[in-house]
Amino acid sequence: MKIDPNARYTQSHEWVRKDGDLLVYGITDHAQNALSDIVYVELPSIGDKFAQGESLGTIESVKAASDLTMPIEGEVTEVNEALFNSPEVVNSDPYGEGWMVKIRPANPADWDSLLTPESYEKLEGE
Amino acid sequence: MEDLKRTALHAWHVAHGGRMVPFAGWEMPVQYPTGPLAEHQATRRAAGLFDIDHMGQVEVRGPQAADFVNRMVTYDITKMKLLDAHYAIFCYANGGCVDDLFVYKLPDPAGRDGKEYYFLAINASNREKDVTWLTAHAGNYDVEVKDISDKTYMMAFQGPKAPELMNRLTRADLSQMARFSAIQDEVFGGVPVLLGRTGYTGEDGFELFFPVEAALQIWQGILDAGEGDGVKPVGLAARDSLRFEACMPLYGHEIDANTTPVEAGLGFALSLEKKFIGRDALLKQKLEKPDRVLIGFEMIERSVPREGYEVSSGGRVVGKVTTGMYAPTLEKYLGMAYLPRELSARGTEIEVNIRGKTVKAQIVKRPFYIPAYRR
Repeated sequence: MKIDPNARYTQSHEWVRKDGDLLVYGITDHAQNALSDIVYVELPSIGDKFAQGESLGTIESVKAASDLTMPIEGEVTEVNEALFNSPEVVNSDPYGEGWMVKIRPANPADWDSLLTPESYEKLEGE
Repeated sequence: MEDLKRTALHAWHVAHGGRMVPFAGWEMPVQYPTGPLAEHQATRRAAGLFDIDHMGQVEVRGPQAADFVNRMVTYDITKMKLLDAHYAIFCYANGGCVDDLFVYKLPDPAGRDGKEYYFLAINASNREKDVTWLTAHAGNYDVEVKDISDKTYMMAFQGPKAPELMNRLTRADLSQMARFSAIQDEVFGGVPVLLGRTGYTGEDGFELFFPVEAALQIWQGILDAGEGDGVKPVGLAARDSLRFEACMPLYGHEIDANTTPVEAGLGFALSLEKKFIGRDALLKQKLEKPDRVLIGFEMIERSVPREGYEVSSGGRVVGKVTTGMYAPTLEKYLGMAYLPRELSARGTEIEVNIRGKTVKAQIVKRPFYIPAYRR
C-alpha cells in the first residue's frame, strides 16, 4: 500500500499533511483499498469544530458506511466539494485529489502525537 | 473463517485476488480487484461470469411429479412446454414465502414413465429448508425428491455479449433460444451442460448447470474465450447491485416468511386460478388489496439508503428499507421498501432515516432498470 512520506497518520488509517498553518486530511491508500469502491462522502461544514477522535463525517462504500474521525482537535476551514460528485477520486488518488478537509489545529503541537510514516507502515503490516 | 463451505473455484478466486466473505454458510468472492462498480458495468456492457455454486438444485421425478410440483409452487407448470423455465415461489399456507426459485421442465427419457421431470434452482440460504419443505409434502404423491446440489455446479454468464460468446462454446445453435427456455447440450468437447436463458441481472445471458468436476474447465474456458471482449469474473457485491437495479427480489430482504408475493408485486409468478399451498390466502389478499406494497424510491437529497433504515411519511415511521444503495448504471441513490398501500403512489415524498438524519426521497416506478429482454 502507498504511503505519503510527507504526511502523518492515525490508527484509523487517515493521513494529515501540513499546509502552512493548516492541516490537510484524508484517508490512506490502505483505507480506500479496504473500503473498496466509494459511492458517497459526507463532509462537515466550514467552521465546524471537533475534538480528537470525534466523527467529522462519513465515507460510504458499496457495502458499508464508515466514520471519518478527527485526527486532532481543531476547526474545519475548507471542504473538498468535488468529492460529492466524484467520490471515486478517493479510491484513485487518496493522498492528492482525494483530500477531504483542511483543519486549523487547536494545538499545533498535537502534530507530534500523530504516527510517523514509519510507525504507520508498521501498523499497516500487522 | 469459521466452518464455511467452499466451492470448487475457491482457490481460483483467492489466487486471482477475490475478496472472500461469508454468505449463506459459504465463503464466496464479494469482489475481485476489478471492484464492485466496474464489475457491475462490465456485466451491463460486455459480460460477467458468476460463481453461484452455493445455490441449490433439486430434481423431482415420478408419475405424479407434475401434480406435486404444481401443488408446491405458485405458477401453473402445466402451462410450461418441455424445456421451458419459469420463476415461481414456494409459499406457506398463509401466503408468506418459503423461497423463490426457477422451475425447469425437462425431458426424462430414462425416467419411469419417460415423460418429464422437474429441475428446481433454489437459493443458497434456503437449501435445507426447501428440501425439507418438499419432502414433508411429498408423502401423498408418487414422486422422488432428490437434492442434487452437491454434484451440480452452477454458474451465471450474463451480459449483452454472453449469447454470442456462449454460442461459440456450445454444440447447439443458441441463436433461436427463447428467454426463459432451457437447452441440454455440451461444451468444451463433451461436458454435459444444462443452459437456462435466465438470470438475476436484468441482462441477457445464461445460467449453467453441469457436473462439479468440470467447474474449473468451464470457468477458465469462458473467461479465456471472452477475454478480448471484456468478460470479467464478478462477485456478490455486483450481483446484488445488478439484481437491485432490475428490482429483482432477494430472499430475506424483499421476500421472506412474513411477506407475500402479492405485496411484493410478483403477480407474474402467480397462477391464482389453480390450487397450490398458499393460494387461498393470496387470492383473498389480492381481491381485498394488500395493506402494504413494495415500492421503489429515489433519494431527492443525495445520501445512501441502506437495508433496515426506517422510512417515514409525515413524521411517522411507516416502513423500512429492504435494499438500498448507489445504483451504478443509473447513477442514483435508490431503494426499495414496503409502505402502506395508501402511501405508495408514484411521486409521493417520503423520508429515510439515514443514521440519525432525515433525508428526503420520492417514490418512483419499478423496475429502476428495465431488463434487456423486456425492451
